[in-house]
Amino acid sequence: MLELSHIHKYYNAGTVNEMCLFQDFSLTIQDGEFVSVVGSNGSGKTSMLNLICGSIPLDSGSIRIGGKDITNMPEFKRQRKIGRVYQNPAMGTCPSMTILENMSLADNKGKPFDLRPGTNRQRVDFYREQLKSLGLGLEDKMDVKVGVLSGGQRQAMALLMSTMTPIEFLILDEHTAALDPKTAEIIMQLTGKIVEEKHLTTIMVTHNLRYAVEYGNRLLMMHQGHAVMDRAGAEKTNTQIDEILEKFNEISIECGN
Amino acid sequence: MSIVLGVMEEGLIYAIMALGVYITYKILDFPDLSVDGTFPLGAAVTVMLILKGVNPFLTLFLAFLTGAFAGCITGIIHVKFKVRDLLSGIIVMTALYSLNLRIAGKANVPIFSQETIFENAWLESMVSEALEPYLVALILLVIVVVCKILLDLYLNTRSGFLLRAAGDNDVLVTSLAKDKGMVKILGLAIANGFASLAGCVYCQQKGFFEISTGTGTMVIGLASVIIGMKLLKRFNSVKATTAVITGSVVYKACVSIAIAMGMAASDLKLITAVLFLVILVVSNRTEGKVKIAGKKGK
Repeated sequence: MLELSHIHKYYNAGTVNEMCLFQDFSLTIQDGEFVSVVGSNGSGKTSMLNLICGSIPLDSGSIRIGGKDITNMPEFKRQRKIGRVYQNPAMGTCPSMTILENMSLADNKGKPFDLRPGTNRQRVDFYREQLKSLGLGLEDKMDVKVGVLSGGQRQAMALLMSTMTPIEFLILDEHTAALDPKTAEIIMQLTGKIVEEKHLTTIMVTHNLRYAVEYGNRLLMMHQGHAVMDRAGAEKTNTQIDEILEKFNEISIECGN
Repeated sequence: MSIVLGVMEEGLIYAIMALGVYITYKILDFPDLSVDGTFPLGAAVTVMLILKGVNPFLTLFLAFLTGAFAGCITGIIHVKFKVRDLLSGIIVMTALYSLNLRIAGKANVPIFSQETIFENAWLESMVSEALEPYLVALILLVIVVVCKILLDLYLNTRSGFLLRAAGDNDVLVTSLAKDKGMVKILGLAIANGFASLAGCVYCQQKGFFEISTGTGTMVIGLASVIIGMKLLKRFNSVKATTAVITGSVVYKACVSIAIAMGMAASDLKLITAVLFLVILVVSNRTEGKVKIAGKKGK
């Protein structure tokens, strides 16, 4: 269970550009939930992910995972239990290392990075199998540098790599936004499959309302640092795109957009 | 022949340091100026130890460790105190100038009459006269090859993988639940260990410690790395470390050609700088566009 309680977050505090993003924001995410988060630019979606991951500090409030307070835990330590896929496909892989080396890196998460050989030869077949499940033919390019792969191929690898070791949370930060519609579709199907297979608690920020409706069992709409819509279970299943779009227009008009 | 040998010897000595610069500049993308201080640091520590009667072979390891320690300091200043990379190096380099003087005792310390890794009783009893002119180059070659192999092996360990990842995409290091700062510190330690080891070998070969030998070390290292990578880029099977060593020898050859063409020895640093500029301009001309595309990917 992930609990954000009474979060306050200001940007540029103390200056004329002071901007309040979160004011007393609270959110609880149960184990096994797949939360789709939508909202306009600047509504706090990505900031929320950054706060959860520890990429940015919060001003007050607390964050707990499974009851344990992680508010002051450094970012890299939190990542032990979190897998994160970014909007930019380049963020999840190392371009100058080969596919095999990237897979080996990901496989070693949570274990010591010591002087043993970087690639465990006994695991190569497992990596190949994993890559094969992507259906992109990457299993035949194990010694190719990731830098020459396309954005979609890299994002598929990033998704695979971030979920290779046992994690509790999967954080998806607009992870299909930089891809063409067809590739985005493939990545989304893959996401759904992985989340289901591994029973991951997932938070997915997206601008694609259709994905938000189709995937996940809870839907959150953010606006000015608040959740203006929060639907779970059957209520979420019955939610239609039109309804979200309507609500979206409503809040956008408020802002004068 | 003696000129060729001289170029080989100098090139190989600086190749050890260039291996270090390869780690910081190419792998970590960190412009590390502390090598200008750790190169003479290795020399200072070595003369001090040799004059105290320490086995010259042992000084190789001790010099490496001292340099690695100094590299850690650069890393800690950068990572923990959030000082910019270039400034962290400058701070350590400047501090080391005084420290090196303290360690060595004065600005110029000869060790001509002492046993070194190139001149000692054991070697004399082992090596035939015919081999003698090539002895220094051979010993250097052994040291460089050992360093290269160890570095290659290291870069293929899990820790080495993480180091490469840190320079490539440090977000991924965080995603792997590892502290990217610690990885950077480790990389700087190894790099400066190599620079210091090069200084150790340098002073034993020259037979003295000289405080000003460090000036321009980073430029030489960068030039070696860039030339080597450029020259051997099309050969995919050639390892980067081999390219760096080749680059160092080629660079020293260029410098000695310049001197042979009538430049004075006192112009050495000027030649170093101009040559480096030429290399940068040439490599920008041919690579500029590719590089921008690569940066965008980050």
